[in-house]
Amino acid sequence: MSILIYAEHDNTELKAETAKLVHAASQIGGDIDVLVAGHDCAAVAQAAAAISGVSRVLVADAGCYQYQLAENVSALVVELADGYSHILAAATTTGKNFMPRVAALKDVAQISDIIAVESADTFVRPIYAGNAIATVQSSDAVKVMTVRASAFDAAALGHSAAIEALTQAHDAGLSHFVSAELTVSERPELTAANVIISGGRGMQNGENFALLNGIADKLGAAIGASRAAVDAGFVPNDMQVGQTGKIVAPQLYIAVGISGAIQHLAGMKDSKVIVAINKDEEAPIFQIADYGLVGDLFDILPELEAAL
Amino acid sequence: MKILVPVKRAIDYNVKVKVKADESNVDLANVKMSINPFCEIAVEEAIRLKESGTATEIVVVSIGALACVEQIRTALALGADRGIHIQTEAELDSLQIAKLLKTVVDKETPDLVILGKQAIDSDNNQTGQMLAALTNMGQGTFASKVAISDGQVAVTREIDGGLQTVSLTLPAIVTTDLRLNEPRYASLPNIMKAKRKPIETIAADSLDVNLTSNVKLLKVSAPAQRSGGVKVADVAELVAKLKTEAKVIA
Ligand SMILES: Cc1cc2nc3c(=O)[nH]c(=O)nc-3n(C[C@H](O)[C@H](O)[C@H](O)COP(=O)(O)OP(=O)(O)OC[C@H]3O[C@@H](n4cnc5c(N)ncnc54)[C@H](O)[C@@H]3O)c2cc1C
Ligand SMILES: Nc1ncnc2c1ncn2[C@@H]1O[C@H](COP(=O)(O)O)[C@@H](O)[C@H]1O
Repeated sequence: MSILIYAEHDNTELKAETAKLVHAASQIGGDIDVLVAGHDCAAVAQAAAAISGVSRVLVADAGCYQYQLAENVSALVVELADGYSHILAAATTTGKNFMPRVAALKDVAQISDIIAVESADTFVRPIYAGNAIATVQSSDAVKVMTVRASAFDAAALGHSAAIEALTQAHDAGLSHFVSAELTVSERPELTAANVIISGGRGMQNGENFALLNGIADKLGAAIGASRAAVDAGFVPNDMQVGQTGKIVAPQLYIAVGISGAIQHLAGMKDSKVIVAINKDEEAPIFQIADYGLVGDLFDILPELEAAL
Repeated sequence: MKILVPVKRAIDYNVKVKVKADESNVDLANVKMSINPFCEIAVEEAIRLKESGTATEIVVVSIGALACVEQIRTALALGADRGIHIQTEAELDSLQIAKLLKTVVDKETPDLVILGKQAIDSDNNQTGQMLAALTNMGQGTFASKVAISDGQVAVTREIDGGLQTVSLTLPAIVTTDLRLNEPRYASLPNIMKAKRKPIETIAADSLDVNLTSNVKLLKVSAPAQRSGGVKVADVAELVAKLKTEAKVIA
């Protein structure tokens, strides 16, 4: 068996997901290759080569991969697919975007968002917003899967795998990058943070999210949000935690002014410790919180910042 | 311009599903079913494109048992023009759904197909991308904005780092995210009118698509339950507990 992992990166930095996927792949067993598809992404390849357990890093460095457009990247992965028993990508917006194309072109199913490996053909994944856990077995010749990185520990670093350059440049010509509006933040990324403090509709407006800043600074935390807070325009979409947003599992998750709808819980209920701050003592979030504090967030947040 | 909108009949988003005692699957008996919320957003977007004069016809298609006709009727009441029901009792993967949808695309030749990004039952997030691959079309997934001009569609996508806009040549595939629009409710007169709109029924096994899946569902179990913890009296107690009991802050 051999496994191809699609590296999660932004051309300059290898993201934390990749080492977690290597760990997931090691539970399947077999040689592990990592594919870096991007442009001017040599540093990413170097970082991938340092992950223990990686046999080879394949680098497709070309202009057509700069934005990792699904049409182009899937054509590349399909071309490389022969000989691999498993192809893995993180269940990020990049992996979710191109991997189903790979599966369809290989005429196999995709198994989305796996959280555990039972054997080389049997995998575990949440369905219905995590209210049910399915165990599925695939008889497809190549298993195309996205992996929920937060469910796996990271493989160790301190290795130096061989790096091989690929020359294939697949420009499908079906789509073109126009522009991007990326959130710039000094804080850790939501999916990589040890501590997250999230605000919901209870925050009332975007300005009030500043009340979370001081606490996040002191805890080295990322700031997240509920769908309601994003829909209302308080904060950008990339802060949404939940079934259809980002799935996180930090050491500490602090939910502020969030009621605890199943769609929100689906994104954070695997956090190690959950704190809920809400003025409604009946809010469902308290049913899953390790520590609940009933009260007005506008009183509690300044106090909490001062106490840390 | 013709728009095709695939809609899935799925559990209502307000329902918390339970697992069957024998762990064979979830229990959907007597559970409220609706149009998958992301498909509702897709229907709404198509209607807005028609209202703005960009689109001329909206065709909705649903694949599944007879009951799917309810969701097709709902989409017709919202403003779609006609429906196609691909009837099957089989449990299908996104791959088979995409193959069945491809037969509709081949026949109807829509300029744009708008799907939901994700069905909230399977949480697959695959079908639109697969259909795009099978039809060799460009895809704009997780859309929060769709703008059509000169045979192109510009799709603003919600991605992990923020927003990205791509431009696709029509025909193309779009999948919806939550911020694309806020779906309307169907008015009573429109619900009445929808009863007269045509729905074509096609048997899935009359199409040249292999409906057997290579993925077997071995077991569906309930997730590990988190037991609720304690209520703390004030900030001081909270901070003390996080430091000494949970040991998650220094
Ligand atoms: C298809 C679909 C997908 C979805 N995906 C997601 C998702 O990915 N993520 C997500 O989060 N949601 C998602 N949702 C939405 C979800 O169902 C809820 O609507 C949403 O999570 C509610 O957000 P909220 O808790 O911030 O708001 P509300 O439910 O309105 O709760 C606000 C809370 O703030 C409290 N509050 C108000 N004022 C104060 C105060 N001064 N002090 C303290 N507490 C206060 C209130 O008591 C209340 O509990 C999805 C829904 C659908 C249909
Ligand atoms: N049975 C179905 N009938 C019609 N459309 C479907 C069906 N299943 C999935 N889709 C479409 O594909 C989207 C994504 O579903 P999925 O890939 O299963 O998460 C849905 O929002 C629908 O637009």
